[in-house]
Amino acid sequence: MLEILKQSNNPEICKPLVEAVIEKAIEFQQKFGRKPAFMEVCGSHTMALARTGVKQCLKDVVNLISGPGCPVCVTDQRSIDAMIALAEGENRIICTFGDMMRVPGSTRTLVDSKISGKDIRVLYSPVDAVKVAIENPDKEVIFLGVGFETTIPIMTLMVGEAEKQGITNFSIWMTTKLVEPVLRFLLDAGEVNLDGFLLPGHVSIVLGEDAYQYLVDDYHISGVIAGFETAELLSSIYKLLDLILSEKISIENNHPSVVTKTGNQVIHQWLEKYLTECDEAWRGIGVIPNSGLDLKTEYEQFNAKKRFSVVVGEPRKTKCRCGEVIRGLITPNECPLFGKACHPMNPVGPCMVSTEGSCSAYYHYMRESF
Amino acid sequence: MEKYISLAHGDGGERSHRLIRDVFIEAFGDSNASLFDAAAITMSSHKIAVTTDSFVIKPIFFPGGSIGKLAVAGTVNDLAVSGAKPAFLTCGFVIEEGFPISDLKQIVSDMANEAKKTGVSIVAGDTKVVERGSADGVFINTTGIGIYEPGMGCSLQFEEGDAIIVSGTIGDHGVAVIGARGDLGVTVPIQSDCASLNIMLEEVLRETNGVRIMRDPTRGGLATTIVEIAEDFHLTMKLNESSLPIKSEVHGVCDLLGFDPLYLANEGKAIIIVANQEKDKVLEILRKCPEGRDAVVIGSVIAKGKGQLLLETPLGSKRLLTRLSGTMFPRIC
Repeated sequence: MLEILKQSNNPEICKPLVEAVIEKAIEFQQKFGRKPAFMEVCGSHTMALARTGVKQCLKDVVNLISGPGCPVCVTDQRSIDAMIALAEGENRIICTFGDMMRVPGSTRTLVDSKISGKDIRVLYSPVDAVKVAIENPDKEVIFLGVGFETTIPIMTLMVGEAEKQGITNFSIWMTTKLVEPVLRFLLDAGEVNLDGFLLPGHVSIVLGEDAYQYLVDDYHISGVIAGFETAELLSSIYKLLDLILSEKISIENNHPSVVTKTGNQVIHQWLEKYLTECDEAWRGIGVIPNSGLDLKTEYEQFNAKKRFSVVVGEPRKTKCRCGEVIRGLITPNECPLFGKACHPMNPVGPCMVSTEGSCSAYYHYMRESF
Repeated sequence: MEKYISLAHGDGGERSHRLIRDVFIEAFGDSNASLFDAAAITMSSHKIAVTTDSFVIKPIFFPGGSIGKLAVAGTVNDLAVSGAKPAFLTCGFVIEEGFPISDLKQIVSDMANEAKKTGVSIVAGDTKVVERGSADGVFINTTGIGIYEPGMGCSLQFEEGDAIIVSGTIGDHGVAVIGARGDLGVTVPIQSDCASLNIMLEEVLRETNGVRIMRDPTRGGLATTIVEIAEDFHLTMKLNESSLPIKSEVHGVCDLLGFDPLYLANEGKAIIIVANQEKDKVLEILRKCPEGRDAVVIGSVIAKGKGQLLLETPLGSKRLLTRLSGTMFPRIC
């Protein structure tokens, strides 16, 4: 498998692909009198497009816009402040994905709380949070449940495990997000003009190809499900261009080794069993109805929001324009803070700190051209 | 002898004496140097190199090494890449109360073996015991003294076209240690590259001309170390991404967790910048040694005057590499 992935980055395969994409993009430009604009929905795509140089190679012919696909970046500031405040409580162990540690809250980060003596643990394998709860029966163990459809199933696994083992000191602070409602929001708002979507490879493993049919039926826009290696990214952009030039609108699966038509049915059953749709607040957008998943009432004992009261004030106002970056309205370097007050050592907004954030990708890989 | 370290082992009394006698002198040898308050050593050179390093690794035993091996190899390598021949080491131990003496013996034995392999003498040491909870098992500091032999240094004079060589695959140590912590939920079949490089690097200096600088890319990884060289000497350097030697397993773990192998720690690798015409000779010497068998040219000095490091991707685009900015954390998805 690793060898196949290696081949996907082989310059002998990728360089001709770049040429082919450029040729198609020029064809588009000749036909429509402008550059094609595609949005990559997934934060890992944002990173991969910048890191591999695909974005840089195509910058003159294709407008690749980063979308709301980084789970940390789309989390509302008040929600981030609440999670940091949660960690301040006594007798608690906070378990989290590493991305959350340096995300700036209004007054501090989780790293600051850890330094001040709070028990905050970064987990490589989230299910270990249940293990932490078993090992620390006298403490409340709370997992910070940030993520999209890729990560949400793990949370149901954790709840299932805690339920099976009869654990009473474990809960999740659910602040999950769903892809469809936010894409519908962007398309309904019409603030950004798009010719197609590069659809997220990981999320699609869960959702399946058919789950994006609404893009075609309701919005008449195409999408290609893409993997994360150079050749996979390039061939997906090529397919998008080809669809448009041949005047077809459809969802194409360019990641068929792991993405099926209907997705992972076992995971769908888990989601159905434990979770229910809920309204979620998105950074820079506000509340989108039914755009997240929360634990059903029968699993309330594992719902940290029901068990712990957290009071946070109004979030600190900054000049950070992460909200507009997430909506694809501006590129990171159009934010007045980018690279000046806001950089990876001193991130003002989450897009600069997350390993999948648009600002971080831009800062690390694209802020200077050579 | 007791099974665990107690505070009494650090009180300077009988238990301290026995610990030093039965664990440290037993392993390091009963040299006269170590019996008094200070070691008396004789050296042939008027120019010496001194370096010190503290080791706080978790876990203390990991595939391919231990904190003991690391404490010797790490300091030996700092001397070796400076062009000095490692000669003497001192070691200071801070041990947590309750630490198993069997583990301590293993660590000390690893240090003794590595010292023997590299030809350095451990001439002075110190042991302190702290209360349970005040340290994490054992911390070790080693100070190394090396001798500069005439004609064996690095020139620190660079030219456009100089080749950048790395002595083997990068990121092995970082991934091995993450794997050994047992947090990944998957088995990582990677060994740390922890090794002393002094004998190999000494041969490079002896047998070739034109070595500009040598560095060991430990914490911060390959990128951070080369950025430092570029900035310190005002050089524009370029690495070729497709030339970077990275094991597939390291790639796999990095893809999974969102880490970049360019920023993962190495403990048995050297970066050597050498005149272009000497690069093949250097590679030949490195590849003869087990620690250097995967040595390869990864880039070059492309201009003088501006301190920056560029990476050319397989597609031919270039981007700037910077120092590691903060701890790398595993990502969400």
